[in-house]
Amino acid sequence: MIEIRFHGRGGQGAVTSAELLAYAAINEGRYAQAFPSFGPERRGAPVVAYCRISDDPIRIRANISEPNLVVVLDYSILRIVDVTAGLKHPHGILVTDSKFPGEKVRADLNIKGKLAAVDATRIAMEVLGLAITNTTMLGSLVKASNVIQKDSLIEPLKERFGRIADKNIAAYERAFKETVVLDG
Amino acid sequence: MGKRVGMEVSIAASEAVRLANVDVIAAYPITPQTHIVEHLSEFVNNGELDAEFVPVESEHSAMSVCSGSQAVGARSFTCTSSQGLILMSEIVYCTAAMRLPVIMVLANRSLSNPISIWNDHTDVMSIRDCGWIQYFAENGQDVFDHVLISYRVGEDRDVMLPVIVNMDGFSVSHVIEPVELVDQETVDKFLPPYKPDIVLDPAHPVTMGAIVLPSCYTEAKKAQDEAVKASMPTILKGWQEFGDLTGRYYHPIEEYRTEGAEVLLVTMGGIGETAMWAVDQMREKGRPVGLLKMRLWRPFPFEEFRKAASKARMLVVVDRAISYGGPGGPVASELRSALYNEPKRPLVANFIAGLASRDVAPFDFIEMVDRAEGACKKGMEPEYEIYGVRE
Repeated sequence: MIEIRFHGRGGQGAVTSAELLAYAAINEGRYAQAFPSFGPERRGAPVVAYCRISDDPIRIRANISEPNLVVVLDYSILRIVDVTAGLKHPHGILVTDSKFPGEKVRADLNIKGKLAAVDATRIAMEVLGLAITNTTMLGSLVKASNVIQKDSLIEPLKERFGRIADKNIAAYERAFKETVVLDG
Repeated sequence: MGKRVGMEVSIAASEAVRLANVDVIAAYPITPQTHIVEHLSEFVNNGELDAEFVPVESEHSAMSVCSGSQAVGARSFTCTSSQGLILMSEIVYCTAAMRLPVIMVLANRSLSNPISIWNDHTDVMSIRDCGWIQYFAENGQDVFDHVLISYRVGEDRDVMLPVIVNMDGFSVSHVIEPVELVDQETVDKFLPPYKPDIVLDPAHPVTMGAIVLPSCYTEAKKAQDEAVKASMPTILKGWQEFGDLTGRYYHPIEEYRTEGAEVLLVTMGGIGETAMWAVDQMREKGRPVGLLKMRLWRPFPFEEFRKAASKARMLVVVDRAISYGGPGGPVASELRSALYNEPKRPLVANFIAGLASRDVAPFDFIEMVDRAEGACKKGMEPEYEIYGVRE
């Protein structure tokens, strides 16, 4: 079982990211769960969402405290939330939005493990015209890990975004290409 | 076989209501039940479900509408949570006493105060004695299946009782997970049209819910108690038939790794899945711990429970509600009572946990078992404890 925790700000689509990933895994015939951290979420405030993926039925219905993967949708979150709390060592991966190359992120956060970084905010602004980084960061996540097959997300993206699906697929593909993965 | 899809559990519940081809839906939105109502109103608006959607001004009215519509022979549905349930509770009791098989999904949520939108079982326990059949679901598949099973069982002319399908708010209702749907043809085979013997009809007037004098009230209540108890064979038959159609068989109490178990965790609702995980971890270490998951709360499955509990040395019951100043949690209290006359009975330790969605992780179950065992070794009769209180 793989456990993934998403950190973002209300309105950036952290919950949508977790959901799309679960749909993709279920469409692969596997088991998955996606759920938000239920609270009085407000636009702009830090939010958390969770996703579990497994080849077997998932028999746990509690929050994720020791994730295999952490995805950060907004670089500014890194300064105010301990995003790597409980991240599995040594195989856990941090996947983050960043304006800077991965090595600077590593130095800033003092992270030792595997790290993936992409300028998701810029990609989202250029492709979607909005700083909503959920679909972009999914591209980065899939690049950094083999949690699902890359194409499995296309159908869920089409279903969720309808007429703006093409742009989201483009953002997803571009982030997949531009993500820099640094082994720990 | 039905299609296997990833969907939010609330949406799966609405799908089941659509497949049951209900005639009337009356509900008032309240967190965390809202997605069900929203989705059903969309179905009706889009012509995907030929039903009357009554946008009532309160839950009291929701249950009044459903009772009235069920009384004229229309299959009815409502859903609510928490404060909504206690607001409608006056009518909830009437619905059962008038033998109107309304089906309600309850997205379980704490009662105020303090105000909490989060999940536990304090809402449903406030109407424990309402006379409805009460199921507890532990995942989306259970919820979907039990909406269909509830109509089949509740409307059976041997039963004619309303049914509550409890699902934990958020931790079940808002989770996206795989659900295997049942196609319309199979549902139609399983669920015949609703044809009650007695309906409200101006051409053939009848009175429902009339006043009775003290000379008859006791008899009416005895009849109601007998009716709920007598629903058991139909409930079992409903599960059997549903299983034969879908391959998914359900039981009043689901046992997990109980073979050779000296200690049994007992749960009700969604935390049962996490408890399975905890049992696996304890079994790996060679500890003889198993799990009983209470699926049927009313009628209470005395026979099945006594049989399942008889081999254990101790039960560790995890409640999600409190009876203030009373015996602890309502589930443990009833289990103790069910065991009292048994010649050989296990000790019953009781933890009240997961109030207002306080996370109950696998290690919490292990901790509860450890603490109950510790008390036992010291020769203390375990009592109840509100687990995880920050001091």
